[in-house]
Amino acid sequence: MMRSYSDKHNVQKKSYYNDRYFVAPQIPKEAVESDDVFANDLSVLKTKFEIQEAYIQKGQLVVYIDPKDNVSVLQTLRDELSYNFLSEHSAIDWLAKSGEFEIFYQMLSTSKRKRMRVKCFIKEKEVLKSVIGVYKSADWAEREMYDMFGVIISGHPYMKRILMPDDWYDHPLRKTYPLQGDEVAQWYEIDKIFGKEYRDIIGPEERDSARVDVNDTYRFAHLNHEVPFGAEPSQEKTVTDYQEEGGVFIVKKLKKEDAITLKERY
Amino acid sequence: MQKVNRLKPFFENIAFEREDNHMIVNFGPQHPSAHGQLRLILELDGEKVSKATPDIGYLHRGMEKMAENMIYNEFLPTTDRMDYIAATANNYGFALSVEKLIGLEVPRRAKVIRMMLLELNRISSHLFWLATHALDVGAMTIFLYTFREREYTLDLIEDYCGARLTHSSVRIGGVPLDLPKGWIDGLNKFINHLPLDIADYEGLLDQNRIWKMRLEDVGIVTPEQAQSWGCSGPMLRGSGIAWDIRKEEPYELYDEVEFDVPVSTTCDSYGRYKLHMEEMRQSVRILKQLIPMYEETSPEIMAHAPQYISAPKEQIMTQNYSLMQHFVLVTQGMRPPVGEVYVATESPKGELGFYINSQGDPYPYRLKLRAPSFFHTALLQEILVGEYLADVVAIIGNANIVFGEIDR
Repeated sequence: MMRSYSDKHNVQKKSYYNDRYFVAPQIPKEAVESDDVFANDLSVLKTKFEIQEAYIQKGQLVVYIDPKDNVSVLQTLRDELSYNFLSEHSAIDWLAKSGEFEIFYQMLSTSKRKRMRVKCFIKEKEVLKSVIGVYKSADWAEREMYDMFGVIISGHPYMKRILMPDDWYDHPLRKTYPLQGDEVAQWYEIDKIFGKEYRDIIGPEERDSARVDVNDTYRFAHLNHEVPFGAEPSQEKTVTDYQEEGGVFIVKKLKKEDAITLKERY
Repeated sequence: MQKVNRLKPFFENIAFEREDNHMIVNFGPQHPSAHGQLRLILELDGEKVSKATPDIGYLHRGMEKMAENMIYNEFLPTTDRMDYIAATANNYGFALSVEKLIGLEVPRRAKVIRMMLLELNRISSHLFWLATHALDVGAMTIFLYTFREREYTLDLIEDYCGARLTHSSVRIGGVPLDLPKGWIDGLNKFINHLPLDIADYEGLLDQNRIWKMRLEDVGIVTPEQAQSWGCSGPMLRGSGIAWDIRKEEPYELYDEVEFDVPVSTTCDSYGRYKLHMEEMRQSVRILKQLIPMYEETSPEIMAHAPQYISAPKEQIMTQNYSLMQHFVLVTQGMRPPVGEVYVATESPKGELGFYINSQGDPYPYRLKLRAPSFFHTALLQEILVGEYLADVVAIIGNANIVFGEIDR
């Protein structure tokens, strides 16, 4: 029997049914000339840099640049075109399609009330210059991008993983990385805390967050059938009322029959 | 690591060096004032911080990865778990960005209800912020008062959607329910009383000697820093930059209601405290204007777009074609057009942005969550330097960071 085909380059979830005649519509791209502010921005950029493509989508200017120009383009945007915020900066994984990452810088100008997006493509192993000298907000954004995609950044003062542990294997937001984690992730904690030789004894990590094991009294309590931590489960009913003889100073026993329910809070 | 012996006991949080006055303190991740799971490695020179290194990721759940493996409607409840203090703001940010992506106009009543929920969330979040911040600084009374009022907002939200914290009260294309009977009366009672409560808090804190000493000239964020580090929300307005997305890039009906954008020019924690108080008053002002607006609207609460949005329940149960549509939308999910959007909304913490890259599949190809707290936490490494160790807690509390959205 043949194993069913699965795409190793993109292990993310895919639609189980696709209409073969369905063609997804495109969000229209408007010409940059339709907006005066953006047209001016683009003409300033065009005098200095090579602009590969530029259009307006959903009211925001999108500009494709050469990745080598990224620092100077952002410098120009900040100093000459008053884009004073770098709101967001991350990557998109196109490795399966073209072996590239698409990098985007989401910019905001508070004085012009405009948002624009600077984009560029880099190859998988290509080094991208850090823009932290222009916008400090790139500091953690670049670290996160490295952590999640493995985009290599040069010139960052503290390039280190930010969300995942330092010794994590692989970059989780790549399309080749499965949602549930890979083989290494499955044994990460066992290997680290106990050592590889304990893999057989402890077993792989439980990844079903909804699993309930009634016989496991280490991790689950059976209401009204409580037993001590780690003891054998029992079906005997346990009394959970407060039952100290003579009571405790200040502590009052709650009488359920005396409790009242408020009709309204305010 | 130091060698442990009886003369040099090992303190897991502190590393001593006898030679100079230098000490490294590990703050968190389980510190009660770390507002979640923030670990700070503080290098101290005497009592002053000479270097601060925030370490995050202890609550990382991979929401962006989850989004790539979920249909759009499926992901909406996950956004609750980002900024869990004001869940509706996240639901709304996501719903709005998908609506922008598919080009959908939401009915007017849904807009009004959404704005009501958003402003209630803002009040609830600011109350929570004040409570925990004051508790960190040592003012315990205020905690009990603000939590009482916060409970009222949560009651109102619970009356509407059935949940206190994980609301999921917004749907892509509108809202799931109309306001229940008597809800407006409850809201009226609440917003008529809240300004008096805010006056009470200010009476307790404004001239409070300890509060002023702990907050004034502590945690200075200059306008240049705020811009460079990508601050937003109260952190930005606290530095004298009047930028509120509700005002500058109005979404929903924010251009139809009157409200002011408070700004503080002192750049310190005390100014940001006054700012939060004023923002709550402005939220009350918006809510007051929304009540008559609600009564004027027609009863539709979901947009009509059969390609993307299921029909109302009664129609699904009676019309065959609606049932078929609904079945496809639930099992396969909607397929938005190919393209990308970045939509920013003003959440209580700041600019909450959703970048969605759609390739025409039911699953987003890339979804990036721009969380305001993420950038505010990064800022800590600069503003903590030169401050006293005791002020670190005050500054963290004042920055209003929530780890659900930092680690995502």
